[in-house]
Amino acid sequence: MRDAMIFEGGFSDVSRDSARAFRSAMNAMAHPGRKFDLTGAKPPAPLSEAAAGLLLVLADANTPVFLTGEHDTDLIRGWITFHTGTALATTPDQASFALGTWDALLPLRQWPAGSAEYPDRSATLIIEHPGEGETARLSGPGIQTHQDCALPAITPFRDNAAQFPLGLDFYFCQGSTVRALPRSTKVEAI
Amino acid sequence: MYVAVKGGERAIDAAHDWLAEERRGSPEIAELSIAQIREQLALAVNRVMAEGSLYDPDLAALAIKQARGDLIEAIFLIRAYRTTLPRFGSSLPVETNHMACTRRISATFKDAPGGQILGPTFDYTHRLLDFALMAEGLPAAAPGSGAPEGVTSPGAPPPEMPRITDFLNRDGLIQEEHPDAETPPDLTREPLEFPANRALRLQAITRGDEGFILGMAYSTQRGYGRNHPFVGELRFGTVSVEAEIPELGFSIEIGDIELTECETVNQFTGSKTEPPQFTRGYGLTFGHTERKAISMALVDRALRWEELGEDNAGVPAQDEEFVLSHSDNIQGTGFLEHIKLPHYVDFQSELELIRKLRAEAQAAMHQEAAE
Amino acid sequence: MSDYNFAYLDEQTKRMIRRALLKALAIPGYQVPFASREMPMPYGWGTGGVQVSAATLTPEDTFKVIDQGADDTTNAISIRKFFEKTANVGTSEKTEEATIIQTRHRIPETELQEGQILVYQVPIPEPLRFLEPRETETRRMHALEDYGLMHVKLYEDIARHGAIATAYAYPVMVQDRYVMDPSPIPKFDNPKMEMAAIQLFGAGREQRIYALPPYTKVVSLDFEDHPFDPSKAEHPCALCGAEDSYLDEVITDDQGTRMYVCSDTDYCESRRATGHIGTEGTQPEEVFA
Repeated sequence: MRDAMIFEGGFSDVSRDSARAFRSAMNAMAHPGRKFDLTGAKPPAPLSEAAAGLLLVLADANTPVFLTGEHDTDLIRGWITFHTGTALATTPDQASFALGTWDALLPLRQWPAGSAEYPDRSATLIIEHPGEGETARLSGPGIQTHQDCALPAITPFRDNAAQFPLGLDFYFCQGSTVRALPRSTKVEAI
Repeated sequence: MYVAVKGGERAIDAAHDWLAEERRGSPEIAELSIAQIREQLALAVNRVMAEGSLYDPDLAALAIKQARGDLIEAIFLIRAYRTTLPRFGSSLPVETNHMACTRRISATFKDAPGGQILGPTFDYTHRLLDFALMAEGLPAAAPGSGAPEGVTSPGAPPPEMPRITDFLNRDGLIQEEHPDAETPPDLTREPLEFPANRALRLQAITRGDEGFILGMAYSTQRGYGRNHPFVGELRFGTVSVEAEIPELGFSIEIGDIELTECETVNQFTGSKTEPPQFTRGYGLTFGHTERKAISMALVDRALRWEELGEDNAGVPAQDEEFVLSHSDNIQGTGFLEHIKLPHYVDFQSELELIRKLRAEAQAAMHQEAAE
Repeated sequence: MSDYNFAYLDEQTKRMIRRALLKALAIPGYQVPFASREMPMPYGWGTGGVQVSAATLTPEDTFKVIDQGADDTTNAISIRKFFEKTANVGTSEKTEEATIIQTRHRIPETELQEGQILVYQVPIPEPLRFLEPRETETRRMHALEDYGLMHVKLYEDIARHGAIATAYAYPVMVQDRYVMDPSPIPKFDNPKMEMAAIQLFGAGREQRIYALPPYTKVVSLDFEDHPFDPSKAEHPCALCGAEDSYLDEVITDDQGTRMYVCSDTDYCESRRATGHIGTEGTQPEEVFA
């Protein structure tokens, strides 16, 4: 039973489903705060369809994934390693991707934020987020004027953006939908 | 009335058809077989394997045939094919100490254990065209005059062939090389980044263009970063490739490949902390490609200036970024030849700019003349 | 081509490129190193753009390829055929129908919309490369936001020529942080880079990917007393009469007579189809009749 749950639930047509899921991930990153559908993965709970889809598209043996809190289960470990071939990170500073709820991912400073010469060598946080919290006003690249969006907090994202071009990038997953918040986005409370 | 040139698609198809016809040449002449190329143009095949980074004589021969003998084009075909292949694993490091040598020479000692084996070399041929080769259909030369028998007895692993540099090392006369268990970076899987370590440099040079590496090596001999090389040893022969099979828990032999290996012995005057001793340059290439292997060793040695505490003389062969960024002939030929593509949009913008600057300059001259 | 994966590249390679694209969008104007693959076409002929397109295409996309603004130039045709074969995607020459447009040296005249993606082929991604050939140095300059060398170069142009003598690949400042090479588009196209579409840049041989999300601030470098001038030939298109499009100069006879026509072939044909006819033009149907 457990094995079946690990082996099932990947994309049914890997190359085409991955292409579609990536388009959602890219659209989200290019339009901060806007919601996009990201479907096709059927992971074990509590991993959401969107978060699992992101990992299927992006993670592999070169990108250690760090699982936090309730997402650090044998079943999820097995599912992710079977479907992506990733080596799970054992410490936060190795992580290319970190997965969990907002509280479990704190503090943000434990994740690699890149270097001045290579700001891309930073972690992307995949946050399971029910879509509640504080309403933030976003502006910056990808946003024509402004975009309002519910975030679990304001200050940590403002601090993250202040480090630009260093910093973390975020995906907020809720069921089969995804929103992104790159480090380039200015975050203000309203 | 003006109509822009159309029909690019038809032109491309026609060019491809014409190319195929030219490749075949006169149909009255028998078509080359892959086996003929593999057997009779073996050194071309070897170069394509070395710079294509794929050990497969048949595919290299096919690429040469398809490329009409243009070796860089053939290397390109092999590279583009290679990049689509799934990677099942890595082999263990090959043991060139156990190479079954068809050729093995040293320039540093008249004789040494293991002996000098001249092997099949052009070295002492007189470069006179052999018109007898023009007379086709002659029976093959009788065997016996060629390959010596008993270099290895079949089945048994070849005996260890001692290294010339080990004799120097025993007396502390040459800088020691330490085994490194670290997995080297993979040039074909990670973007090139500077500074590169020696493993990455060697990887780039071994697939680098033979002509470019030769030119770099030659420049060091002529004084641009002179480091007085002697060919300590040059060997060519067969080594077995072993891979560990995780399911078995031990390694098995998966095949044999031919390699050329060159170690140079270079002068080194010593530094504040080190007494004078010799240093090394290293070259290892697929197939029988000894010009490349020797060149590689010279360039390797020149690039080691920092590690060996030498001065940077500011010469090309010491400049890692210069050598590594320009040694790949597939990158080089692509970028060079791309200037054949239409650039009329950019050219138009330059035209406009030059006309404008000239008009302004002339207006200014008139103004001056008027004043 | 059935032996090859959807859009040619293997999934492992696409994953690596996709990660680089996301980082590039998160850090607009920064050049992300990526392990470019050998493609079945030469370096310098669009391998970077092709890899970006291959990692981005979905089966539902409509793909357009232009080179010098034209759909029918040989390299554009060759790349379009490659993806017709390997990804079986629909193609179009119409700018507004395309969801992904791969381009060499031009931005289409028709304004791009949200949902569209423009993929640029880039030969030399480093805007500082002709001033400083060393990657180690230019990387440091970007890290320190040290663009003095570029300003000195532009200023020397003005001192010598009275104007900035760069007509294409005119450098831009992205979101007040990174100086970026817009690829060899004519400077006429620079102002269009603040657009609603996603812009992705791929340099295969140089192993770099960079990007501009929609509405990113893109400013062409200039000086207060020498403002940026996106000028073009001062003629209307001889075929469609357009006065707002970038023009190619064509020599039409042995006496060196010239005419000027739109470099964007789709724009020109669409205009003529709707009755805009220049001095030398006809409606496109008649041309092909």
